[in-house]
Amino acid sequence: MSFAKSKFRHKALPVNDLGLTYRDYEGAISTLCAGCGHDSISSAIIHACAELSIEPHKIAKMSGIGCSSKAPTYFLSNSHGFNTVHGRMPSVTTGANMANKDLTYLAMSGDGDSASIGLGQFAHVVRRQLNMVYMVANNGVYGLTKGQLAATSDRGVKNKVGDTSLFNDIDLCTMALQLGASFVARCFSGDKAQLVPIIKAAIAHQGFAFIDIISPCVTFNNHPGSTRSYDYVQEHVTTGAVTDFVPTREEITAQIPEGEFEDICLHDGSILRIHKLDKDYDTSNRLKAMTDVEEHKQRGEILTGLLYLDPTASTFHELNNTADTPMNQVKQDLLCPGERVLGTINDSFR
Amino acid sequence: MINNNAATINTTSKVNDFVVKFANTNGTGSASANNMFAKAIMRMGIPVSAKNIFPSNIQGSPTWYEVRLNENEFLGRRGGKTEIIVAMNAQSFIADIEDVAPGGYLLFDSSKQIPEQLLRDDINYLGIPISAICLKEFQNPRQRQLFKNVIYVGALAALLDIEFGVLKTLVGDQFKGKEKLITPNVYALELGFQYANNNFSCPLNYKVERRDLIGNRIMVDGNTGSGLGAVYGGATVVGWYPITPSTSVVEKFASYCQRLRIDPATGKKNFAIVQAEDELAAIGMAIGAGWNGARAFTATSGPGISLMAEFLGLAYFAEIPLVLINIQRAGPSTGMPTRTQQSDVLACAYASHGDTKHVLLFPESPSECFEHSALAFDLSDRLQTPVIIMSDLDLGMNDHLSAPFIWNDKQKYDLGKVLSIRELDNMESFGRYRDVDGDGICYRTFAGTHPNKGAFFTRGTSRNEDAIYSEKSADYVKNMERLERKFSTAATLIPKAEISSGLQNTQIGLIYYGSTAQAISEAKHILHKQGIPVDLMRIKGFPFGSEIEKFIDQHEQIFVIEQNRDAQMRTLISTELNIDPNRLTPVLCFDGLSITAKQISSDIIHEIEQQIPNQEVV
Repeated sequence: MSFAKSKFRHKALPVNDLGLTYRDYEGAISTLCAGCGHDSISSAIIHACAELSIEPHKIAKMSGIGCSSKAPTYFLSNSHGFNTVHGRMPSVTTGANMANKDLTYLAMSGDGDSASIGLGQFAHVVRRQLNMVYMVANNGVYGLTKGQLAATSDRGVKNKVGDTSLFNDIDLCTMALQLGASFVARCFSGDKAQLVPIIKAAIAHQGFAFIDIISPCVTFNNHPGSTRSYDYVQEHVTTGAVTDFVPTREEITAQIPEGEFEDICLHDGSILRIHKLDKDYDTSNRLKAMTDVEEHKQRGEILTGLLYLDPTASTFHELNNTADTPMNQVKQDLLCPGERVLGTINDSFR
Repeated sequence: MINNNAATINTTSKVNDFVVKFANTNGTGSASANNMFAKAIMRMGIPVSAKNIFPSNIQGSPTWYEVRLNENEFLGRRGGKTEIIVAMNAQSFIADIEDVAPGGYLLFDSSKQIPEQLLRDDINYLGIPISAICLKEFQNPRQRQLFKNVIYVGALAALLDIEFGVLKTLVGDQFKGKEKLITPNVYALELGFQYANNNFSCPLNYKVERRDLIGNRIMVDGNTGSGLGAVYGGATVVGWYPITPSTSVVEKFASYCQRLRIDPATGKKNFAIVQAEDELAAIGMAIGAGWNGARAFTATSGPGISLMAEFLGLAYFAEIPLVLINIQRAGPSTGMPTRTQQSDVLACAYASHGDTKHVLLFPESPSECFEHSALAFDLSDRLQTPVIIMSDLDLGMNDHLSAPFIWNDKQKYDLGKVLSIRELDNMESFGRYRDVDGDGICYRTFAGTHPNKGAFFTRGTSRNEDAIYSEKSADYVKNMERLERKFSTAATLIPKAEISSGLQNTQIGLIYYGSTAQAISEAKHILHKQGIPVDLMRIKGFPFGSEIEKFIDQHEQIFVIEQNRDAQMRTLISTELNIDPNRLTPVLCFDGLSITAKQISSDIIHEIEQQIPNQEVV
């Protein structure tokens, strides 16, 4: 095994609008277990960012602690990253976003990170509508501490050593819907055709975008008693809709076919095209999305795809009416009221 | 029954040197009237201090406001019995009567008679039918409640010879823009003033005489200074969670930002404040913003410090600027939330697991709260580490006579070692944790600066100089040693200890810090009168500068005065400077009230007296 990536780049590699190849969006070689679903997510992120022609240095990679949170090292090496503390990535991302709203915030978290220690912070970052992409690599197990049950483990499932989950699971998509996320999706890490366009749409979305990504753990949760194993997920996955992301520059809306397609125009003019597998499927109905997730769960199925989208949602900065210039770039003369004003303030205390 | 109008007990005459205490019920709106009383004294040119003693309760419990006048500038809590008590709370009435000094006065609402068994024959009773007057004069129930307070202030003006014109001007200033409120307030003042003049022999033996001792000083609380200092220091991002007694720091910051930081053209804010879900999120937000290059802070108190400890360790190890304003209160655990202490010194100096150390600043006055708060942003940017301001409830929430807030427009924010796109262009390679200058402080970059240079991964795990994850022992040790070197650099940047030597040679040195300073000049005066001259040293920051060790070396006996049970500063000095703890004698107060000069001096005298027989034996 090689521990360093070759700098060699084949001349035939396709380049994006910035003249960058996929290689320019890669990170270090993964130290996760071979076959880990998280590596598939990293790969999907690399494709999404490259295809969107985002400047890598304008992206901030945020994470907490855990296998999932190690993943940002393995993509976008020209981006700043911040591996914070367990479960507290949302607050750090909130602060980072308050300081500079002009970056794209890609956050990776896990089921332990978000559904256990970080559940409170997860809930609050959703309700604050922070403009970020919040991805949970959900394998239903604690990997770095070797196989303990997670809060997203389904009731009744067993872990590798045979312990049964006695309690109800936490469904982060349902929570995100209830708390007002404006973009909610569930994906399977093994379905790149679904994952890449959804990540692209999430990045283009102005507001809080949540993607729960079922990401099987090959080491601790890939056994018959698990509902997060590759085999189980592949057998039980149901796609509610197939999503295409159409960047604004590549297609005009007049060409969009009618019928079983639904087209949603995002803030930047991009189109999100949804091929409805179920005719009743409606991505603008928050309540129905919650019902759909639950109904599929009761049937033993995992509903994937874009579950809900509100393209008109306001972002944290819009709600707060903060200045257009990012806070970290506002100059001293606008921040410091100066001696003369201080003299008046002093007078008010005499 | 007593004659409520009598004032017959002989009293020693005192001018500009006594204590007036207001006993009120929490939530009855007495604060502004009491504050007006204190401010009137200041406007008459007399040094004055005011302390709130209030319960951890919203409404209904007893609360006191203690005003001390002293033209010698002895403005710490005096302690002992009180010369004049305005007793407006039935719940605390018995205790308030007991608290009056022999020969002193109890001003009370005589709408109801005092039961005979509560009477003392060594104090004077000044009964004013305040409720009855309000009932007769005001229709509005809220006014009837609020003006009770204004009426007793008016009465005190007559009783203590406070210039009525000063009070009238204060009312005008207080209700500027709300002119309709001025007339009834002045009327209420007049009601009290006239009643006292008509029924008592005014002024009393305790009285106020105009002086010119205030200069350009202001009367303000420390939390206002801290919040305003953060505005001047350039803070733009705040994550916070309400906790007494720190809440008003952020509230003041927010209110000054609303006045001073809104873009007139767009109406948009040049600041962002989030009331977080808890203290963990509050500091997380400040760290995220600091990492991204904005000046950010949070404010909290003891329990919040405990919750923030993990993040403080991250900020220390990942080297992220952060300002934390800690308004200390009595601990441990929930302790006494509305009582003061200096008991977070060690918790803050070493907050978090592992070998962690933080820069601390110890303001002594509202003006220094302002100065330290503004300075902390420069220090934390320059050092890329958390800076914790160690204020406390007494300093933060009470009004103090203070030097005015000072800012020099020539001051430019020191952002420290941040690389620009041009500097990165000119560099062959960048390593986030390389000690290029040998001072332990490395260069950092912000996300979005350069397309292909300067990106790095920030983490709380060990890494090498280039920010690459590493568990190699050599990398870890090198990094930890550099952090120690950075801490030594910090000692050269923080404010030096302030030393004042006595006029006579002495072998006795007093070390103190923070709000304890209020009692020190008086303690020194008392000691001097007892023939014990002392030198003083006020510690202003941690890590300690060399002057602290020198001061200790120069004195045979050192007393460390602080407001906690375990002599935390003494431990810190002893540990950090490798000084035998037996060289440092603690003088401690931890009852939740501010330390008094009387206690400091008597503890020191007692300690010295204890030693005399030993010396004779030797």
